[in-house]
Amino acid sequence: MSLRRKGLAIAAAAVIGVLASIATYVIAQPAQPKEKVIKMTAKRFDYTPGHLTLKKGEPVILELTTLDVMMGFNLPDLGVRADIIPDKVTRVRLVPDKTGTFTFLCDIFCGAKHEEMNGTITVVD
Amino acid sequence: MAHEINRRDFLKLTGLGGVGVVFASALPGVALGADQDEFYFLQLSDTHWGFEGPPNPDAKGTLKKAVASVNALDYQPDFIVFTGDLTHTTDNPVERRKRMAEFKAIASELKVKPVRFMPGEHDASLDNGKAFKEFFGATNYTFDHKGVHFIALDNVSDPRALIGDEQLAWLAADLKQQKKNAPIVVLTHRPLFDLAPQWDWATRDGAKAIELLMPYQNVTVFYGHIHQEHHQMTGHIAHHAAKGLMFPLPAPGSQPNRTPLPWDPAQPYKGLGFRGVDAELKEAQYKLTEYPVIKA
Repeated sequence: MSLRRKGLAIAAAAVIGVLASIATYVIAQPAQPKEKVIKMTAKRFDYTPGHLTLKKGEPVILELTTLDVMMGFNLPDLGVRADIIPDKVTRVRLVPDKTGTFTFLCDIFCGAKHEEMNGTITVVD
Repeated sequence: MAHEINRRDFLKLTGLGGVGVVFASALPGVALGADQDEFYFLQLSDTHWGFEGPPNPDAKGTLKKAVASVNALDYQPDFIVFTGDLTHTTDNPVERRKRMAEFKAIASELKVKPVRFMPGEHDASLDNGKAFKEFFGATNYTFDHKGVHFIALDNVSDPRALIGDEQLAWLAADLKQQKKNAPIVVLTHRPLFDLAPQWDWATRDGAKAIELLMPYQNVTVFYGHIHQEHHQMTGHIAHHAAKGLMFPLPAPGSQPNRTPLPWDPAQPYKGLGFRGVDAELKEAQYKLTEYPVIKA
């Protein structure tokens, strides 16, 4: 076997090996549970819904939209914040890691009643 | 032989006029220069001119009463600073300017000059400080007084509560001109640290400003925003929040919402007031005195 042929054979074997291990990896993964998607709408000066109840450890996707100006979704106790830009959907993954009731707020000043623009998330076992 | 008494002599003689020193902020290792001397300034904050509602039935009178109280002080300060939220926010740009004009006219009744102004989010966040600049000038600036370097930081013109990279670079360049043991006072509106992020009592990139200030040994921050007296250290840097002059707010995180505390008819103006700051550089400390709107 020429050196060139030998090199090609080694490369082919390596590729096959990598593909096989990927296949094994994919097969070994348990089916991912479908994450719950929760839509939340912001407008001056409230969030709808203004309260959510979530389960500890159960991931959810928040789909955030704004009906008017740019808003900031901030849930500091659970370490989540994101800008909500008009005409776009902002997706935020949240995995509550502790129980309790936590305040979320708009943290981009948006007008006269900005300070009242908040809500709560209750996380239960 | 008669001699003019200074502020410290006055405090000793009067026992502080009955209001009391409530906090002394140390300045360890401060190096005195030839031009340094003790002095005295006032911090007024969160006047929210234009606010109307049950938390203050005397919304149109409180600021005027505070101005009269300042003018009636037996010993007048070297200067006065307003640390933001001069006006209460409005979506209407014409009304915003009307409120600023009215506020400025009332503040002009203060006998002491200079009076320095800073914006709060109510003044500046809806138009990136445009109206504020028309009436009061720059939103961030520096000045020096008797050897103390003052830095006014704007953390409100960006509605996202950001100081911003450009202003942080400006701050870094300014600090480079200072000795590491120079006495530095930072004036700002929002707390630079995370006091209560769930109430938006924070500056999103405030940690970057604190990081720039940390190498300097004698930094003290005076701010507003939270409508109450509050004192906190971040490392060796002391942060002092002032009372407001429209309505008091609850203690950080003490209740679900940051709603104004109710007006108490039995104790009108309770929780409101302004602050005197005695810079006693020879004793290496600032002494803070809290004054009520109306002297009892």
